[in-house]
Amino acid sequence: MVKEIERYGIPIVHMATITTISQSVGANRIVPTVAIPYPTGNPNLPLEDEYKLRYSLVERAVNALATEVDGPTQFEG
Amino acid sequence: MTKKVLFYLNQFFGGIGGEDKADYEPSFQTELVGPPTGIMPKAGDVESVGLIICGDNFFGQNEDETKAFIAKVIDETQPDIFVAGPAFNAGRYGFACAGACKVAHEAGVTCVSGMYEENPGLEHCQSFAWVAQTANAAAQMRKALPIMANLISKLAAGEEVTPEADKYFAQGRRECILVDELGSTRAVKMLLARLNDEPFETELPMPSFDVVEPAAPILDLSKATIALATSGGIVPNGNPDRLQSASAQQWNKYDISEYDQLKGDFYTVHGGFDPVYCNETADRVLPLDALRDMQKQGKIGKVYDFFYATTGTGTAVANARKFGEEIGKELKEAGVDGVLLTST
Repeated sequence: MVKEIERYGIPIVHMATITTISQSVGANRIVPTVAIPYPTGNPNLPLEDEYKLRYSLVERAVNALATEVDGPTQFEG
Repeated sequence: MTKKVLFYLNQFFGGIGGEDKADYEPSFQTELVGPPTGIMPKAGDVESVGLIICGDNFFGQNEDETKAFIAKVIDETQPDIFVAGPAFNAGRYGFACAGACKVAHEAGVTCVSGMYEENPGLEHCQSFAWVAQTANAAAQMRKALPIMANLISKLAAGEEVTPEADKYFAQGRRECILVDELGSTRAVKMLLARLNDEPFETELPMPSFDVVEPAAPILDLSKATIALATSGGIVPNGNPDRLQSASAQQWNKYDISEYDQLKGDFYTVHGGFDPVYCNETADRVLPLDALRDMQKQGKIGKVYDFFYATTGTGTAVANARKFGEEIGKELKEAGVDGVLLTST
């Protein structure tokens, strides 16, 4: 899905936990996430901290959309 | 000489539990359960040294730790053959089987697995493991096990195997073999067949690479419209469009222009992960709340009015491709500048 959407020339970030798969399929902008059942959350954290974590992941992904890449690239924290 | 076999299974086939046990830490036991009990009687002159069981999520999230555990067991049990799966079309399991095989391969152990052709784990081990061709679902276990047993039996005995006769995925290695006709003769025959529209078979299939060029970055985020999409099966409570929980046949879009968060009104129907945490707060899978905040702060122009969702477990690659084409077309026509797509 990521690749087909990008084929239209729209930058897209894949936010995924098993980034090896994402990378091998050929997603160009990848943000590694927390865990499979909660990629953008962490129920073990207090709500406020969990939200901060989510916000930071989303902010990183949005910034990745504005970053030039020349092939599959992971945006680590 | 009797060869020693070590098995690897995930938490489900190892009898530990379902999705709620996907965080199960790797363990080793000498007693066999599940698929290995069906493989062993037909696997020729081999004996089992035991079985490693590991939760699929644990492997995916603690790959180095799990691989170290597998390496330790291999060192202690000294197997000749390592058998992982079959994983059918289970992506996380296939990925784990491939990773486990990699450890065994590096230790000089022959590796056997079983996967469906679209399993994303396949390409990570196809070149060095003998991966039996299986159907896409465990309902075909009865057909998968004899193929794996046959491979183990022949490899243990040092017999020759071929992808066609023994139903495994070609490893992409070239081997020297003796044939009756010279290369030039074979090439001319192939060319004539092609010119005459007759069937012919290439001796060296070319790999196909499908690379999508990275799209140009967004120049001004503060004016950009960003869309959310997910393969995590997020839908409004009650699943009004009946999105499938696995092997999706469709995608859906939902209007979120009036929402600041998904919590309370949306949940997941994805059948491939423990939904408890997502159903408490769907923003844990599709982070509308945080993206909306960025809009309010002026860091992005706006969140696109609709989000797109499908279920990414057991879904055929061809379907996923089609969904992406259809969704991408809509986004392009709507003037969306960028997309965040989450996967579980």
